[in-house]
Amino acid sequence: MLLIPCPHCGPRAEIEFSYGGEAHIARPEEPDELTDQEWSDYVFMRRNPKGVVLERWVHAHGCRRWFNAARDTVTYEILAIYPMGQNPPELPEPRYL
Amino acid sequence: MNKRYSIFSLARNAYTRHEDWQEAWRSPAPKARYDAVIIGGGGHGLATAYYLAKLHGMTNIAVVERGWLGGGNTGRNTTIVRSNYLWDESAAIYEHAMKLWEGLSRELNYNVMFSQRGVLNLAHSPSDMREVQRRVYANRLNGIDSEILNAQQVKEFCPQIDLRGGGRYPVVGASLQRRGGTARHDAVAWGYARAADALGVDIIQECPVHGIKVVDGKVRGIETARGYIETPKVGIVVAGHSSVLAEMAGFRLPVQSMPLQALVSEPVKPTLDCVVMSGAVHAYVSQSDKGELVIGAGVDHYIGYGQRGSQQVPEETISAICELFPIFRRMRMMRQWGGIVDTCPDASPIIGKTPVEGIYINCGWGTGGFKATPGSGWVFAHTVACDEPHPLNAPFSLDRYRTGYLIDEHGAAAVAH
Repeated sequence: MLLIPCPHCGPRAEIEFSYGGEAHIARPEEPDELTDQEWSDYVFMRRNPKGVVLERWVHAHGCRRWFNAARDTVTYEILAIYPMGQNPPELPEPRYL
Repeated sequence: MNKRYSIFSLARNAYTRHEDWQEAWRSPAPKARYDAVIIGGGGHGLATAYYLAKLHGMTNIAVVERGWLGGGNTGRNTTIVRSNYLWDESAAIYEHAMKLWEGLSRELNYNVMFSQRGVLNLAHSPSDMREVQRRVYANRLNGIDSEILNAQQVKEFCPQIDLRGGGRYPVVGASLQRRGGTARHDAVAWGYARAADALGVDIIQECPVHGIKVVDGKVRGIETARGYIETPKVGIVVAGHSSVLAEMAGFRLPVQSMPLQALVSEPVKPTLDCVVMSGAVHAYVSQSDKGELVIGAGVDHYIGYGQRGSQQVPEETISAICELFPIFRRMRMMRQWGGIVDTCPDASPIIGKTPVEGIYINCGWGTGGFKATPGSGWVFAHTVACDEPHPLNAPFSLDRYRTGYLIDEHGAAAVAH
């Protein structure tokens, strides 16, 4: 089980949080202009890295606020927590086979 | 060439204290070039290789596996086989697999211990029961054996269940597929490997793939830990690592990888002679021939490649099983593990061509790939050999995420994914 450092409440157990999936996916600004392939990319295609993932979490059973996290999907180490709408900080790029 | 296994070979080897058994498959060094390479030596990959050689005459092929055969999800699942899926497309492919299961031990000359002991899918509420009825009727229209049981019939079929479910998980009925059951998962990988090897397929273990060479949108070969292998056709069958391989080849998948957990108890005398599944609480239980209770839990709620999983996930499963089966409350659990499953947005697999010419993908089986192993290999071999999907797997194309032709088996597939 993860110990997730909520930026507002401090470290809490994973069961207090809900997962919001990949971060930084912007809704298309011109929806009428998009092809089916572009819609498909926006709706379904996701990064699924074996390495560092940028993802969204919400402290559903706590302060109920959203935040972004950078996490290593192999070691499960949480490398950074940063506010929604901000770019991620500099992060290591581990290579796993 | 492998000698056939039979009662006579068993007796002959008994004389020499079983010290002279031939190895079941060779361990050749990779050749410089193959007509096709299958990446992934699990059940699906080995089945693909076997059917490519057996049905399509492609014997100059190789299976490359980064670890050992069946060391991934093939050896980590709960071994349940059934075909009672809701939608026509799924019913067709899983039932095709079921028919192959029924003759598999004979076909491979290898006992895969396929045991059609019956699979119960429990309903805990009137709305669950309506879903059961809908699915059973859909199954019957597709020619799949499926029955509706009321609570009393559930009790007669599986007397170990407490119908009250501790007050929390009352059992109001179930669906039953009598042809469903279990198979020995390792034996499936080993049986396909041995049969494919006998047809000339090179099985190369401990050979991770580092890169895929694509020139002008066409595959040329793969870079492995044991050197470069030239090939015009690559079949990717790597479950949880599908996105990693797709990235090497330069295309995207809608797949999310996360650990699915299972656990086994200490072995006990025969006590449960069917498979019991509860979709609503995501708990499966059956008893292996060794006597262990084999229990399947759910997936983590976030992506990850660590083959462990979160602790609260099996805890929920176990608490439900203790309510449904009070007789198991004092059992001790022996081992717990996780396998990385590749889940798709519509909980159906992707089997077909990719944007790169010559690369084919078979992935996205998510939490339920083992039951499909023979059928999956069979249709994928057709796809790789003929460069076009078989009618059975045509609906399961990667392109369906563009056209919108999704095959939504969430919940409808008799379990909650």
